[in-house]
Amino acid sequence: MDSSVLFGIATIGYMLSMVAYITYLVFRKGQIGVVATGITVASFVAQTAAFLMRWVEGYEMGLRSFWRPPISNLYESLIFFVWCLILGYLIIEFKYRNRSFGAFITPVAGLALAFIEMTGMSKEIQPLMPALQSNWLLAHVTMSFIAYAAFGLSFGTALMYLIEKTEKRSEPAYIFWTVSLGALIVLFAAMGLDFIKYHVLATNSEVIKSYLFRATFKSASAAVSLASWIGSVVIIALVWRYGYLLKRIVAAFSITTDLLDELTYKTIAVGFPIFTLGGLIFGAIWADQAWGVYWSWDPKETWSLITWFVYAFYLHARLMRGWKGRKVAVVAVVGFVTVVFTYLGVNLLLSGLHSYGTLG
Amino acid sequence: MTERKKSFIDRIWDLFASIKLAAVLFLLIALSSIVGTVIEQGGEPEKNMMLLKRLFGDSLAPSAYRFFETLGFMDMYRSWWFVALLALFSANLIICSLDRLPRIWRLVREPLKPLTPLMAGTVPIRKNVHLKGAPEAVREKLVRALKSLGFRAHDSAMEEGGYQLYSQKGRYSRFGVYLTHLSIIVIMLGAVVGIFFGFKGYLPIQEGYASDIAYAGDDTEHKLGFTIRCDDFDVEFYDMSDMPKVYRSRLTVIRDGKEVLKKVVEVNSPLRYGGYTFYQSNYGMVPDAQGYFILKIRGSSGKAVTVNRMLGESFVIPGTEIVGTIKDFSPALAMDNSGKTFTYSDMMNNPAVYIDFSEGGKEKYAGWILRRFPATWRLPDGYMVEFVDYWGVQYTGLQVRKDPGVWLVYLGSGIMTLGLYIAFFMSHRRIWILVRREGTFSEVTVLATASKNRPSFERKIERFIAGLSGGADG
Ligand code: HEM
Repeated sequence: MDSSVLFGIATIGYMLSMVAYITYLVFRKGQIGVVATGITVASFVAQTAAFLMRWVEGYEMGLRSFWRPPISNLYESLIFFVWCLILGYLIIEFKYRNRSFGAFITPVAGLALAFIEMTGMSKEIQPLMPALQSNWLLAHVTMSFIAYAAFGLSFGTALMYLIEKTEKRSEPAYIFWTVSLGALIVLFAAMGLDFIKYHVLATNSEVIKSYLFRATFKSASAAVSLASWIGSVVIIALVWRYGYLLKRIVAAFSITTDLLDELTYKTIAVGFPIFTLGGLIFGAIWADQAWGVYWSWDPKETWSLITWFVYAFYLHARLMRGWKGRKVAVVAVVGFVTVVFTYLGVNLLLSGLHSYGTLG
Repeated sequence: MTERKKSFIDRIWDLFASIKLAAVLFLLIALSSIVGTVIEQGGEPEKNMMLLKRLFGDSLAPSAYRFFETLGFMDMYRSWWFVALLALFSANLIICSLDRLPRIWRLVREPLKPLTPLMAGTVPIRKNVHLKGAPEAVREKLVRALKSLGFRAHDSAMEEGGYQLYSQKGRYSRFGVYLTHLSIIVIMLGAVVGIFFGFKGYLPIQEGYASDIAYAGDDTEHKLGFTIRCDDFDVEFYDMSDMPKVYRSRLTVIRDGKEVLKKVVEVNSPLRYGGYTFYQSNYGMVPDAQGYFILKIRGSSGKAVTVNRMLGESFVIPGTEIVGTIKDFSPALAMDNSGKTFTYSDMMNNPAVYIDFSEGGKEKYAGWILRRFPATWRLPDGYMVEFVDYWGVQYTGLQVRKDPGVWLVYLGSGIMTLGLYIAFFMSHRRIWILVRREGTFSEVTVLATASKNRPSFERKIERFIAGLSGGADG
């Protein structure tokens, strides 16, 4: 068995645990919760083993030195992100003895994994280009992803906070979270359709590298594409219309909004220093060593700075009168959206000199 | 100073001391930066025009272009208004910190006072426990317990025969935030020093040549004050692929005619000398250059000798009569399906040399010797001709930088790391223990505050109390 098989098992496991946590949230049956935790822990163990195996494989193939963990291309870094996120989640679950967070955090991992599958990015162990052979870069990437995972956790708890705190449909914070959640569901549904069309039905025999949104928004047929957009609006409108029902579900788990606010702050308080040191400072040192400029305003760097500013905004907004509570939770959610854009949007939509991270 | 109408200066000060302004500036900088990542900075006008056409349609694009250009969005991070935003931001940061520092300073410097009943109402953590024994009898125990929490106790007497123990720790952690803010100013200062006193340039050197000038972005010459010589440039590849593994320049620094430093420069491993840093940036072949083939030859004696020859020249395999003549060269030799050779790149991806061997004027054998394929070095007779290098035909492209501000940037980064660590992971904790007689018992009230992470301090105090009473009534 090689690492890719184990990674595959872990991926399926995480998808199942996501379903299990959501089921648990809806039906509130203790056994389902135990099963969800069991699947998550088992998948986490599988992923950890796979990670170690891939490390050794890279070394044995002569492509990496032994001191280089497999965190060096888009695929490996996303996998590492999922690993950190699940680890952080499990710590929270055990520390606070509450499983309801799972339904909000495992989908973030699920989205990352679905994205990997749908874009068909290379999973090969690749040799490192000269610019990437740097310990600063290694520290930079590793710490960035630990921070991203912490921000992912704060995204989940901030979303729960907003769900518990709002119910009036005209309230901006309510509109914000229902639209965000709706968009998340749309993304998932679109990737699910891609999966069904190209993997299960496999109607298309031609080889396409990236399936992402081919079955929906980017369909060759204009009608399908239009229907997808209309469908998305309908889904988001439905979430907006019935979103308040979620409040009752979440409230049943007796997590106070104070705890959610504290958790959001705590995860950001861990993520922010790590991101500052690893993401910005180590990134700058690496750029300085490799290119002779510690800061060049290229899109990736600039988006990291934007992310940093959004979280700095979050930290300071908590100190401002009238901002505590809902508004800062909105900022925490926006913060994670900028994280995702920094990581994926810049590579997919904007170009930059970071060759590291292209879809290859 | 009592009730005085605020002067204009005061109002400016208050504006710059407010977090609200900070929030607005955070947003403005973030939003404008987004625009800067969409429009290519310093890019070709046609490219940005295409982008705008896609965003605004063909008819609006030219006016949109003029709009963005007038506002400096094509080179936004150097535009006057973006720099002004950063300046406002710095002013905000400095004034905000100065405004609050005196209060924080007093808070930190003032010794902790016993709690008055009035203040006690505002303390967030409050726990009660009854202990057996008179107040004086439990004192020893309380002091010991406080010590195990890491506090050194001070105490004061109260009226009704009781007393108060109080202590604090980590008060200097209140400065963590200010260190963080200071570090941002230090980093910006470093950037400014770099912009005004630094140099950024470029220096291509052919193998075997030397230069004492670098070129700035606009091709003006810049005297270095010393000479850099390129002794060799080389690319190493992963196994049998064209995936580069290492770019390597062997450089020598010459000052006043003397060699003062030798260094192998690779990506991520630059040469630093005389305030300048030289980075491996790119490389290439010098057109029409005549170089030397460096060959390592092992003849009948088994000992290897190294020879340098130019194209067309000959050498003798030591201990034999065999003469090799260099006939042809390919920087990147490949073979097609029919076995015909061709050159697939004009870079030295797979250098190969074609050598004719003859003995006493009679043709013996001839063929390609490839640098990356040791199997081709062995001749049919068992002699070896290793193709070491075709030297003198490549140049190394070095990026040259002098940045007298970079140490400030690194210093600021260090301060920022320290400041953030203190700000987020350390806490100013204060504790007061009020002890009062109640019959044969002592009523112990523990009050506490923490500047950070209060729940965890609260849990600690709960454990503290449980330890005192040994799980007795609380
Ligand atoms: C990107 C720039 C900035 C960074 C990274 C930064 C960082 C921080 C951090 C980490 C904290 C501690 C927050 C917490 O403990 O939750 C903080 C607090 C604070 N910041 Fe900033 N800050 C920045 C800019 C500013 C600016 C421009 C102002 C100007 C008004 C400001 C005013 C404050 C104040 C008043 C506090 C609270 C201090 C206290 O609790 O005693 N910050 N800042």
